[in-house]
Amino acid sequence: MKKNTDSQSLLSLYRTMRLIRTAESSLIKLFADSEIPGFIHLSIGQEAVAAGVMSALEERDTVATNHRGHGHVIARGMDIDLFFKELMGKDGGICRGRGGSMHVADRSKGILGANGIVGAGIPVALGSALAHSVRGTGGVAAVFFGDGAMAEGVLHESLNMAALWKLPILFVCENNGWSEFSPTSEQFVAALGDLGRAFGIPHVLVDGNNVDDVAMAAQELAGQARTGGPRILECKTHRIRGHFEGDSQKYRNAEELTAADGLDPLRCARALIEQRGVAAAVMDGIDAEVEAQVAASVLAGRADRQPDFAQAFADVYTATAAQG
Amino acid sequence: MAEIRYMEAINRALQDGMAADESVIVMGEDVARAGGSFKATRGLLDKFGARRVIDTPISESTIVSAAVGAAMTGLKPVVEIMFMDFVTLAMDAMVNQAAKARFMFGGQFNVPMVLRTPHGGGLNAGPQHSQCLEAWFAHVPGLKVVCPSNPQDAYSLLRAAIDDPDPVVFIEHKAMYGKRGEFDATVVAPIGKASIVRPGRDVTIVTYGSTVHTALQVAKQLEAENIDIEVIDLRSLQPWDEATVYESVTRTHRVVVVHEAVKSYGCGAEIAASITENVFYELDAPVMRVGSPFMPVPFATSLEAQYVIKPADIADAVRAAMAGGRQ
Repeated sequence: MKKNTDSQSLLSLYRTMRLIRTAESSLIKLFADSEIPGFIHLSIGQEAVAAGVMSALEERDTVATNHRGHGHVIARGMDIDLFFKELMGKDGGICRGRGGSMHVADRSKGILGANGIVGAGIPVALGSALAHSVRGTGGVAAVFFGDGAMAEGVLHESLNMAALWKLPILFVCENNGWSEFSPTSEQFVAALGDLGRAFGIPHVLVDGNNVDDVAMAAQELAGQARTGGPRILECKTHRIRGHFEGDSQKYRNAEELTAADGLDPLRCARALIEQRGVAAAVMDGIDAEVEAQVAASVLAGRADRQPDFAQAFADVYTATAAQG
Repeated sequence: MAEIRYMEAINRALQDGMAADESVIVMGEDVARAGGSFKATRGLLDKFGARRVIDTPISESTIVSAAVGAAMTGLKPVVEIMFMDFVTLAMDAMVNQAAKARFMFGGQFNVPMVLRTPHGGGLNAGPQHSQCLEAWFAHVPGLKVVCPSNPQDAYSLLRAAIDDPDPVVFIEHKAMYGKRGEFDATVVAPIGKASIVRPGRDVTIVTYGSTVHTALQVAKQLEAENIDIEVIDLRSLQPWDEATVYESVTRTHRVVVVHEAVKSYGCGAEIAASITENVFYELDAPVMRVGSPFMPVPFATSLEAQYVIKPADIADAVRAAMAGGRQ
């Protein structure tokens, strides 16, 4: 592994994490006030994985994510206005209000979509890696999945094919210990590192609360994957909110939640940056900027119009009127 | 015009499609070195190399999802699923990923992929290698479904499917692979357009795939009873050519819908219901349907012989339509 990230880069990672946290914190209120329809799955507590991994990717790379994907798309640089409009079901949303929280995608950023089906983004990313390889783009496909997806067959099939064809793909597991409402220890008997070994894919386990560790490992592994075939990055992390927003988490004990709060990746990053001699005021300044940015996006989301049904209908097929 | 076999037509379409566009790749189980289990991909590996003709492990779910991801990243994959029965393993890929990507991502992405797969019985292949499952796909918004009945359409429709910006399920019939027919590489068959393969005055038979031939046989037979049958080969099931069917109904006033798939909840039900909704007052008889019995496709020759749609089944339905629906 390389040596630690410099202070400027750390500050940039901090900004990304703060943007995710502030955006998702505002979603809590918007959801409670019924300004967000449907349901949302928050990644509060897991911001370091999104920020760290995205810092390792290049513009030509592609990303597939999951139903808990807000952090990933924000870290990848999705326009925050378009993000909020999508979650609020507005016409100006990144997907014109047709996908919502679980289906955000951004072609301009190589984001192949969040996915409402657990594990389903993994083989899609595999196909994207195949395309990078066949087309010789030099790009890497990165895919984010939770530990709940380890029990899905497509992960096993994809690990096999990725290794067989030496595809440029970075498998990123956010291991928060929970498969929806059940402990993963009661759902899945193996460990991801063992799976990696079985398929001959190098696996690195990091502290997912430490953005510096995640970024360093991701940069190393993405670089290797670009030419050397698949790599697995497993990040131990914590899901502070429930499976979905509104989940009271009665199945978790108080100590676990308190411990998770103590390992807050933003607090850890601030401490790390302050150790480097950067004044707390610098980070306070970032916090304030981000706060204002998110507040403006919420207002823009509220002001946007509802999507047009005829326009949606015309997009079932390409340039063909859909049949009744 | 030269004669060509159905399977050769598919092979030619793949070759020509790959030569015309280097983003077209072919992937599936045993499609490269072995040339496909029905030999439809024979020779492609030698011609286009292992980068574009890819043997995959036996992992249907991931193969098809990977085609979706590849299509979203600039390729045009043509995936072979060895038997249509095996698409059950790839339903998330088709139904939740391929079909919806364009719509749910607000039109940002197209998924220009083709899933080629053979359906149908008649080879004693048994319950898990003989099904006709096209109705499942025709029911999903975002997927196109085609099913050619002859070598010319197999070629032309596969070229159209490869060029199509949306995911297309391309259904072949394994018992038709050896069937010969005329072939001209310049003939175009757009997706969504039916063809009237036999004009007639008295009854319209609407069908697709292998039962087109059974219907033509019946049409010939019933000439002796002075019944003049028009046979429409739908070719595309989603979208399907409603205009051609309705125009035919306004001329013949009687319809029999025929397919090899199980009759219950099949494509025929959709077509019959649409005819009733749209041209009811043109009808002189109820729309009749002929489809397979509600039974898994049996293995034994004696059982499959009873299961399969026979010319007599169609003839009975035609006569019933002529009698105002009374059988």
